[in-house]
Amino acid sequence: MSAAAEERGARAPWALTAPALMLFVGVLLIPLAMTVMLSFHDWGQYKGIEPVFILKNWREIATDPYYAEMFWRTFRIAILTTLLTALLGAPEAYILNRMSGRWKSFFLLVILGPLLISVVARTLGWALLFGGNNGLVNKLLMSLGAIRSPIPFMFTETGMVVALAHVMMPFMVLSVWAALQRLDPQIENAAMSLGAGPVTIIRRIIMPQIMPGVLSGAIIVFSLSASAFATPAIIGGRRLKVAATLAYDEFLNTLNWPLGAAVATLLLVALVLIVVGSNALIERRYAEVFR
Amino acid sequence: MAFLELDRVAKQFGATTVVDDFSLAVGKGEFISFLGPSGCGKTTTLQMIAGFLDPTSGAIRLEDKDLTAIHPAKRGLGIVFQSYALFPHMTAAENVAFGLEMRNVPRNERGERVRSALAMVGLAGYEDRHPRRMSGGQQQRVALARALVIKPSVLLLDEPLSNLDAKLREEMQIELRQIQRTIGTTTILVTHDQNEAMSLSDRIVVMSQGKIEQIGTPQETYERPASAFVSQFLGKTNDFAGTIDRTVAPGQLVAGSWSAPAPAGVSGPVTVSIRPERIGFGDAGLSAKIVTRIFQGNHWLFQCDSECGPAIVIRQNDGKAQPAEGEAVRLAWRPEDMSVRARAGA
Repeated sequence: MSAAAEERGARAPWALTAPALMLFVGVLLIPLAMTVMLSFHDWGQYKGIEPVFILKNWREIATDPYYAEMFWRTFRIAILTTLLTALLGAPEAYILNRMSGRWKSFFLLVILGPLLISVVARTLGWALLFGGNNGLVNKLLMSLGAIRSPIPFMFTETGMVVALAHVMMPFMVLSVWAALQRLDPQIENAAMSLGAGPVTIIRRIIMPQIMPGVLSGAIIVFSLSASAFATPAIIGGRRLKVAATLAYDEFLNTLNWPLGAAVATLLLVALVLIVVGSNALIERRYAEVFR
Repeated sequence: MAFLELDRVAKQFGATTVVDDFSLAVGKGEFISFLGPSGCGKTTTLQMIAGFLDPTSGAIRLEDKDLTAIHPAKRGLGIVFQSYALFPHMTAAENVAFGLEMRNVPRNERGERVRSALAMVGLAGYEDRHPRRMSGGQQQRVALARALVIKPSVLLLDEPLSNLDAKLREEMQIELRQIQRTIGTTTILVTHDQNEAMSLSDRIVVMSQGKIEQIGTPQETYERPASAFVSQFLGKTNDFAGTIDRTVAPGQLVAGSWSAPAPAGVSGPVTVSIRPERIGFGDAGLSAKIVTRIFQGNHWLFQCDSECGPAIVIRQNDGKAQPAEGEAVRLAWRPEDMSVRARAGA
């Protein structure tokens, strides 16, 4: 091959990916870089945004315990949501996988169906059921005399975790489902023939093999929950702010864009570190199952 | 007394009968093959012995105890699956040790038995390998070691060699037979490969459409097939239409221009089955024309057009001159080499 042809051959992949690359740079990298830069700008009630390079916003986040509390709440909610989806979603996927043909496709549709409905609508559903004195469930239970005051759900962390888990469940089920598809259909019979009971089979044979599925589902659910906006905004409101709702308020209510940008940047960096780190850990730990 | 006994076992899925009236007595230490095309019910029968399926009717007894009443985990049978079904998250040694762990075998003894089981299948030194890092043949050996290490009363093999290439399969056949002879475990092999069944087993159970066609030694089933299905399934065969004439004592069997004294029993229209390697070219007999002649190294294969329909003849390549394509020949065989059955529908 001539040098010119070789050069052309080396350039071809770049040329072919150029449109996608340009889109990627234009709508993702540049706005991201601008957000990061914005977080170093100054802001004042009357002077607005000043394009200077100062650490004021970052210092505020680092020193004011309000932000520490807010970030801690964000990740606490994300962790609890992840645990809840794993605890419910993994058995759900396992049971689903054992169902026979027609029931399997029906229940798969039931699980995936909610993905077709807007997150806002699904979360408002929870508000309709448990929203204070007018919530359907609360009304019913109070009229039956089962409870005296409405179940505290709105503006509580519990409520946010429950609603988020509901929204995120399909991702966990799908992820575990994919791992279950890789199982040898005879593997449970093999373990049984060697003398293992049902509990041992699940604990020693099934669990270790679907663990990568649970963990990759956990990464998806965790990162989506930590950056979720609609559900925390509706259930948590202004009282229980998380990183996403705080950034939104800084941008649109206080108009302190630089501070909002700093919050958003910190959330992004923390999430990337957590996701990349745990992904590397999982891949090393479960190398044999992934092969 | 039979060691393992299946007594009129049947299995139905809804309205379809998959296994019907299956009765078999297996002696201790015997190597039995269930042979048949896919969907003949052989795997279903194996799964009923293993306990993964319950028979619709009939009884399965092991040493006179009702096996169907025992949970599959407590039956103590060793099973090798077609897909091997190894535990991918465990090493070879951990796979083999699993059954011993379930039996609460002490750690030292466990290690000892795992090592000797892996050594027996030729995998000494592979203890710490994970199954996905092993070749198909090696995985197969781990599966065999895992099934044998628990000292099973019966070893069940579900098409264990079908995922291996031809050469490896032949090697494993020999090895499997040697291991089975050495440790003397009663073994049941499910296969659709007639060569595998014949080279491995003491007796073959030929199955078709859920029913037993014939039970016999490999030689019996090959030489004296009990039905047209058996003779067709086990190797190549020629079926000629003939008649037995009882008007002349002691009776005459006629197929085309070939004739012989009639065997006792059947009379009227019959089917004469004769293996291609038992037919010779002679001066008298069925007249035929050779259509194609194929040289296959140690033997010649002739496809002939005879007066009783197409015929195949196999002749040993013994250096003698063989008839050419298009040549007219006479096909003859010894009466004791054929099997004669009443012709159905005639």
